[in-house]
Amino acid sequence: MKNVQRKISLNKTTKSNFVTYGIVIAAFVIMEILMAAGMVSSLLKGLLVPICVYVIMAISLNLTVGVLGELSLGHAGFMSVGAFSGAVVSMMLQSVIPDAIPRLLISLVVGAIFAAIVGVLVGIPVLRLNGDYLAIVTLAFGEIIKSLITNMYIGLDENGLHFSMIKQKFELAEGGKMLIDGPIGLSGMRKVDSFAIGIVLILLCLMIIFHLVNSKSGRAIMALRDNRIAAESVGINVTKYKMMGFVISAAMAGAAGALFASNYSALQASKFDFNTSILVLVFVVLGGLGNMRGSVIAAALLTVLPELLRAFSDYRMLAYAIVLIGIMLVTHNPAIADRLKQIKIKQYKKSADRKAAAMEKKMVRQTAKKEGK
Amino acid sequence: MATRLDTKMVPIPSAGIVPERDSGKMPVLVAAHLGITFGGLKAVDDFNISVGPTEIAGLIGPNGAGKTTVFNLLTKVYEPTHGTILINGRDTHNMSTVEVNKAGIARTFQNIRLFNNLTVEENVKLGLHNSINYTTLEGVLRMPRYWKAEKEAHERALELLSIFDMQDLADYKAGNLPYGAQRRLEIVRALATNPKLLLLDEPAAGMNPSETSELMDNIIKIRDTFQIAVLLIEHDMNLVMGICEGIAVLNYGKIIAKGTAEEIQNNPAVIEAYLGKKKEG
Ligand SMILES: Nc1ncnc2c1ncn2[C@@H]1O[C@H](COP(=O)(O)OP(=O)(O)O)[C@@H](O)[C@H]1O
Ligand SMILES: [Mg+2]
Repeated sequence: MKNVQRKISLNKTTKSNFVTYGIVIAAFVIMEILMAAGMVSSLLKGLLVPICVYVIMAISLNLTVGVLGELSLGHAGFMSVGAFSGAVVSMMLQSVIPDAIPRLLISLVVGAIFAAIVGVLVGIPVLRLNGDYLAIVTLAFGEIIKSLITNMYIGLDENGLHFSMIKQKFELAEGGKMLIDGPIGLSGMRKVDSFAIGIVLILLCLMIIFHLVNSKSGRAIMALRDNRIAAESVGINVTKYKMMGFVISAAMAGAAGALFASNYSALQASKFDFNTSILVLVFVVLGGLGNMRGSVIAAALLTVLPELLRAFSDYRMLAYAIVLIGIMLVTHNPAIADRLKQIKIKQYKKSADRKAAAMEKKMVRQTAKKEGK
Repeated sequence: MATRLDTKMVPIPSAGIVPERDSGKMPVLVAAHLGITFGGLKAVDDFNISVGPTEIAGLIGPNGAGKTTVFNLLTKVYEPTHGTILINGRDTHNMSTVEVNKAGIARTFQNIRLFNNLTVEENVKLGLHNSINYTTLEGVLRMPRYWKAEKEAHERALELLSIFDMQDLADYKAGNLPYGAQRRLEIVRALATNPKLLLLDEPAAGMNPSETSELMDNIIKIRDTFQIAVLLIEHDMNLVMGICEGIAVLNYGKIIAKGTAEEIQNNPAVIEAYLGKKKEG
C-alpha cells in the first residue's frame, strides 16, 4: 500500500512535466495549423521565434534564480555571447555547408559552448563567495559584454579571420566580408525559418532541467539554495554545484541567443542590454520561482501581448516594474506567507489524520478477523 | 574506579571519558588544545576531548558556554585559531566542512537546518549524496545507472527513515513537518552520510518527555546498529545522565570537569557552575 502511494506521488512530478511538454507541443501544432490556414498575421509570424527564444531565456534564468537561488542580472549577456559566436561561426561555414538547417544547429551548439565558457569565467571569482555578489557581477558582466561586442571587428577573407578591437585595424582582401562590424554588429546573415527548431530546443531545455532537478546533481543544487551550511555538512561541494547550475543556465541562454540571431539578417549588441535581462527576470518572477511551466507561459504571453498592444509599448517597462514590485510585496508579505503556511499545515494534518484513520480501520479489521477465527 | 550507570543498554564505562570496551582502540575523535577567539572573546579555550569509536559522550554547560562553537570547530564551520583535531587519527588541518564530513563526522544543528523546500526523502537522499554513483550526464540522460542508483537510494532512504518510523512521511516537504519530526529527520540525514561520529546539538530541544525518552532509546539503537560514536549537546539532564558514558562540562569556553554521569553530578565545580544554578532556577 505504501508503495502504491509512492508511485502515485512520483508520477505526479512526471505527469506535471509531461503537461508542460504537452503545452509546448500543442502551442506548436495550433500555430502550424493556423499558419497553414493563413490565419496568422505577419506580425505574429515574426514573433514566433522570439517567443521561443524568450521562453528558453526564462526557463534557463529560472534555473539560476529559482533552482539555484542566485540572482543574475546579466542573463542577456550570455544570450549576446551565444548570438554573436553562433552567427559568426554560421557565416564562416556558409561556403562549406550551404544548407541552412545544419548550420543553424551548429551555431546553436557553438553559442551554447561559448556562453558556457564565459559562464565559467564569470562564475569562478563569484560563486565561491556567499552573498549577493553574483547579482552585482552579472550586472557588470552584461554591460561589459555589450561594449566589448560593440567595439569588436571581425572580418573574413581568403587569408582567414581578422580581428581587432575598438578600431578596424585590418584591410579585407577582395571578396572578403565583415562578420562583426563594431557598432553596426552583424549583417548580411541569411534568415532561417527556425520556429520548429526553436520548439525542439525548448523541449530539450525543459527536459534537461526536469531531469537534472530529479537527479543527484539537481538535488544538490536545490539543497545549497535551501541551506548552504547544511549542504556542506552532508558533504556536498557547494562551489561545484553552484557552478554547474549557473553554467548550464548560461549555455541555454547562449543557444537561445544563437536561435535569436538566426531570425534576423542584422543584429547589434545593444539589443542585449540590461532591459532585456530584467525583462527575462520579470518572466521568471511572474511565472514563479522554480516553476518552469510558469516561465514558459509568462514568457510567451509577455512577448506577444506588448507587440499586440504596440500603442502602449512606451509604458511597458513601467508596467513591468510595477508588477514586479507588486509580486515581491505580496510574496514577501509575512501575513500572506503565514496564511500559506497555515494552509499547508492544515493539509498536512488532514492527510495525517486520514492516514491514522486508515491505519485504525485496518487494525480494527485485523482484530475482528482474528477474533472471528 | 568503575562507576555504574543504571541504563539497560549502555555497557559499564571506566572512570575515564572513553568507555572500557573502547580503550586500546583508536579514538574516533581527538581534539587537543582547541580554541577560537571572536574579536577578543575566547569562545572556546584549550578544549580537549577524546571520544571512543562506539561511545556516547555528552557535552553540557550553561547557555553561551561555547558548546555549539565546539561543534562548529569540529566540523570546520569555523577555522580553529588554536589546536588540533584528529578524526580516526587523521589530522583535519586544511580540511573543509565537506572534507570533514567525508572523513566521518556528521552533525545536526541547534537551530534546525533542513532543506525545507525538498521532500523528506530528498533530504535523506542528500545525506546519501556521496554514495550515489552516477554522473550528472548519466542523470540527465537517465541512463541505466541512474535508475539503478536512484532505486537503491530510495530504498536506503526509506530504511533509514524507518529508524524513527518516518517512512510514511517520505513525500512531505521537510519544512512542513512538525518540530519533533524535523529534529529526527536531521538525525536521519546525518546518518545517511555514513559517519563514524554523530554530533547532535540539542536533539531533544522542544520535545515532550515521551518523545525525549523515545529519542534516548533511538540514540542507543543507532549507536548499537551502526557501531558509531555519538557526541551530544543537551540541556535535558535525564537524557544526558541516562545515556552518556562520558560527559564533559564547559563553562565560559573552558572544560571544568570530565567524567561519568555520577562523577559530574558530584563535582562541586559543576554544581556551582551549572547544576546548582539550574536547580535554583
Ligand atoms: N560567529 C560568532 N561571532 C562572534 N561570537 C560568537 C560567534 N559564534 C558564537 N559566538 C559567541 O561564543 C559564545 C558561545 O556561543 P555558543 O557556542 O553558541 O554557546 P552554547 O552553544 O554553549 O550555548 C557566545 O558568547 C556567542 O555569542
Ligand atoms: Mg548552542
